[in-house]
Amino acid sequence: MNAAADRRDLSWWVDKVAQILVLAGGLSAIVFIVGIFLFIGREGAGFIFEGFSLREFLLSPRWTPTSNHNPTFGALALIAGTASVTGLAMVVAVPFSLGAAIYIGEFATGRGRETLKVLVELLAAIPSVVWGFVGLSIMNPLIVRVFDAPVGLNVLNSGIILGLMAAPIMTTIAEDALKAVPDTYREAAEAMGATRWQVILKVVLPAGRNGLVAATLLGVGRGFGETMAVLMASGHAVNLPTSPFDAVRALTATIAAELGETAEGSEHWQALFTLGIFLFLVTFTINFLADVFVRGGLPGRRRRGRRPVASANP
Amino acid sequence: MTVAPPRAAGATDPAAAILVEKLSLWYGDFQALFDVDLRVRAGAITSLIGPSGCGKTTLLRSVNRINERLAYVRTSGSIRLWGLDIYDPAVELAQLRKQVGMVFQRPNPLPLSVRDNVLFGTRVHVPDGRAPARAVADRIVEEALREVLLWDELKDALDRPGTQLSLEQQQKLCIARLLPVKPRLLLMDEPCSALDPAGTEAVEELIWKLRGDYTILIVTHNMAQARRASEECVFMLLGEMIEHSDTASMFLNPANEQTAAYIEGRYG
Repeated sequence: MNAAADRRDLSWWVDKVAQILVLAGGLSAIVFIVGIFLFIGREGAGFIFEGFSLREFLLSPRWTPTSNHNPTFGALALIAGTASVTGLAMVVAVPFSLGAAIYIGEFATGRGRETLKVLVELLAAIPSVVWGFVGLSIMNPLIVRVFDAPVGLNVLNSGIILGLMAAPIMTTIAEDALKAVPDTYREAAEAMGATRWQVILKVVLPAGRNGLVAATLLGVGRGFGETMAVLMASGHAVNLPTSPFDAVRALTATIAAELGETAEGSEHWQALFTLGIFLFLVTFTINFLADVFVRGGLPGRRRRGRRPVASANP
Repeated sequence: MTVAPPRAAGATDPAAAILVEKLSLWYGDFQALFDVDLRVRAGAITSLIGPSGCGKTTLLRSVNRINERLAYVRTSGSIRLWGLDIYDPAVELAQLRKQVGMVFQRPNPLPLSVRDNVLFGTRVHVPDGRAPARAVADRIVEEALREVLLWDELKDALDRPGTQLSLEQQQKLCIARLLPVKPRLLLMDEPCSALDPAGTEAVEELIWKLRGDYTILIVTHNMAQARRASEECVFMLLGEMIEHSDTASMFLNPANEQTAAYIEGRYG
């Protein structure tokens, strides 16, 4: 027995090496996230510490970085652009994805269900430039014709496109949330005479609420971060939108469109990186919140709700 | 299915709460019940005993048709509740299950507050399109919880999630939530098997107390429990009904050899 415990044969080494490789893979996520943050932080630092006015950045809608005599860096219009497009996208995506998740999780069976799941995943794999193309060449003339708008590249167009883009991932996560609701709940409710719809409405959806909120938040995160499709479908005009038919410009699209034509290290360059930092913070917060919800609600609420269990089970 | 059964006794036999005739049931290709006949007396506690896999839970789950959640279940034969054929196409599942409450092996309160658990039935079966008013609802909750001896423990904790109670309290809550819609029949599938001895005793006492007001059909693995807590006893084996008599005589003097062997613990 002792000898066996000490033997370092080939499989012992394979085991060790595999362990180290897997550990490196796990640590790399931390290294990358910290590295990226340091990088964009460093590039944006000069602007933040010198010419930066948080007030101007957050409250001024004037983004004129290339002006010769008086460049201004107000991101309000860009933030409003991203927010309005994402907001509309959620109005589109939440009913679609919730409906799809309920159908797949609670009604579809057997092969139909598997087929639908594969299709939803396929939908998530469509490149965003293709969605942008749909926005440009299909939605654009359609909006002009249906709403008699002068241009079809606007909040409405990019919101719908972004909603359709976000729906598949939201569907998948929402369906996971419904699947995590124990079947005994459904059985209990059905045995009490609840119809299938009552079971879903009164039991399954409330029980899966946290996961559904998380799905929506991840959709919002996706909307904030999406670049290409929004760049192509939003009209790309710096503008505080007052109606769905206004053209807007998103934070991401601004970075994508301007960074390549900016002198490295210039004030404009640094301002773009500051936009990047802002985006990073927003998506980080959203993902963090989504994670909190997936784990079962806000920590404060959980503690209050679980008090009896915690005291019985220290 | 026959339209006019040879023995239409159920319709005219007010003492029979459940009348099962020639019930066979298949899970896909596997036959779990073979021509089961059973007459359950109204107002009594009848226990179903037998070794694992003998079909007692299957039989129980046929009575409120909850078996049909599995799409691959087929049945033949008939089950009548107070003369009404539950497999009649005109029967509405919601109405059937309002009359027939079920208690499961594992306590399964809904992920709602204690109060909402008790009121769930009234909200599902809304008589005239409205849920009961607050005061009425309060009275319903109190009555139901008093009935299952939980009121004193939980009257200040009605907003706590039902899933966070002790297992014994959960199982009592699962019984309490059946009562507001006034079922006539309670089906219990090993209701004490997840509980500790104290909880078992408390729930058994509760079941005994409900006797008379409700007809109770209870599946149990625990022969001592069948002996303590039931008035009639049905022994099943391999999907067939072997023996049915009053509990005392089955345990003292079983008519069938297999019953005797099971009761003496020679198998199962």
